[in-house]
Amino acid sequence: MNAAIEAESLVKTYPGGVRALDGVSFRVAAGTIFGLLGPNGAGKSTTVKILTTLSRADEGTARVAGLDVVRDPVAVRRAIGVVGQKNAVDGEATGRENLLLQGRLYGLGGRTLSARVDDLLERFRLADAADRFAKGYSGGMQRRLDVALGLVARPQVLFLDEPTTGLDPEVRVAMWDEISALAREEGLTILLTTHYLEEADQLASQLAIVDRGRIVAEGSPEQLKAELRGDRISVELDADGAASAHAALARVAGVREVVLDGRLLHARADQGARAVPAVLAALESEGVSVAAVTVARASLDDVYLRHTGRTFESADAGHGGPDGDGAAAAAASAAKAAAETTASGSR
Amino acid sequence: MAIVLQHSWFMASRWLRALLRQPAWIVVTLVQPVIWLLLFGALFKSIVNLPGFASDNYADFLTPGIVVMTALFSAGWSGMGILQDYERGILDRFLVTPSSRIALLAGPLVQQAIVTIVQSLIIIGLGLAVAGASFPGGVPGALVVIVAAILLGMAIGALSNALALVVRKEETVIATVTSLTLPLSFLSGTFMDLNLAPSWIADVAKFNPLQWAVVAGREALTSPDPDWGVVLSRLGLLALLLIACFAVATRAFWAYQRAA
Repeated sequence: MNAAIEAESLVKTYPGGVRALDGVSFRVAAGTIFGLLGPNGAGKSTTVKILTTLSRADEGTARVAGLDVVRDPVAVRRAIGVVGQKNAVDGEATGRENLLLQGRLYGLGGRTLSARVDDLLERFRLADAADRFAKGYSGGMQRRLDVALGLVARPQVLFLDEPTTGLDPEVRVAMWDEISALAREEGLTILLTTHYLEEADQLASQLAIVDRGRIVAEGSPEQLKAELRGDRISVELDADGAASAHAALARVAGVREVVLDGRLLHARADQGARAVPAVLAALESEGVSVAAVTVARASLDDVYLRHTGRTFESADAGHGGPDGDGAAAAAASAAKAAAETTASGSR
Repeated sequence: MAIVLQHSWFMASRWLRALLRQPAWIVVTLVQPVIWLLLFGALFKSIVNLPGFASDNYADFLTPGIVVMTALFSAGWSGMGILQDYERGILDRFLVTPSSRIALLAGPLVQQAIVTIVQSLIIIGLGLAVAGASFPGGVPGALVVIVAAILLGMAIGALSNALALVVRKEETVIATVTSLTLPLSFLSGTFMDLNLAPSWIADVAKFNPLQWAVVAGREALTSPDPDWGVVLSRLGLLALLLIACFAVATRAFWAYQRAA
């Protein structure tokens, strides 16, 4: 009981043999924000499609608001609100008309509906623009209208599929505030997918890291970060010699979990800044040329690296995601979290 | 059932509202039929003098054909609307509401029907007022033309939607529609008495739904003493066609959802 979402061993293979989901299971407690974090193509959207009855799993079962998504899809649809990746607003209609039509599809009407619509327009700061065509709205306004559309029928469970992708950084932060306020005030259960580490860290009380159709780690952001002791040291290599660099780094006392990711070497150390001179000396003695060294406190990026062997950015870039935006934001968040020590251009 | 009708109306109103806000678009859709009716009609005015031509006034002959042809042409584009909804994510947004699935398909067709009524009345009016036609079939005859145009338009609209849902590419829909509609028109008796056409065209035309609509409409509108057997049999064929096309569209919709 008290699980608003239960996904059990979901498997989904698309034509052509692409295994989008390879046994995904998780539970979301009622009234919490749960984050599915992963790079583009990890299987987040497929999971959301199955849970919202848009798609069917090949194997496994899922229950949303206590209802089986395959056996009882209509009841599930009544219980959920969905905000998809695209701004699914009808630009040829006004904001108000968009909301009214959405409400009517749930069987609402009359005063109840018009009052609900007025409330939502107010709450999402769209009241002034309510009777203008939605195609004239800014990206942020369209996104807010989109979220309002998902809320018209007072859902028990709200799905937000990458709610801030493509938004400017300030608008993104404003959207985070809206989302946390929603969860707080309406007692909603929210399932949020994101490929922004910072977003998952900020919003979700529980999260699952998805990679290549599997959940590789699950817990609260704090729990996940607590698994990691110490700081991350990242060394950017100038040229080849990665294998010998890897070996050299592994020999340095106090340095562990050495992982090679392209031209980046990552390792962990209890006191990152203190380990840097030894790291550089070890690399120097192997004749490996270093472009930059960064030391950062544990972040979700490290959790991801630890469980998948890749950094989040390289995973995102590797899937050729449509938005270079994603990588940029991840890089920005990493840079912000980092910045303890930066020793660059040794040799 | 009540829900299906209600939701179909919600969806149709959405499409109609968008259309009414671009009245210029309605004018654009009338450019083609006006050219056919007034320019083509004037150019080929003397065609009725061919020995054995079934009518002695080309405007009489041409008008019902232009009405149903216009319905065919505008219905062909119906799928573009659904495609836009798909691309913007609006289709998926509706699919995760308790909305009737049938209504999502029926909505644009109801809009199609209403647009067809307006277009048909304008073209029949132009035929009477400008092209110099006279219609002994009167109001009942005009009703038959409009019903035939609606049935044909909704059937083709359903097919266009089905195509859009399956291929999900604007280019494919545009290519298919443009390469089918004009040949269908020339493989019918829209412009010419088929008794005077090559026999193979007359044979092909028997299986052309546009021809069914032309025959029913022309018989009811321009014959002083319509053969109702001919009219009703053609309308019946069109109704069956509409049912079949709607069934195809429903299947396409399921296929779309499975592919998600």
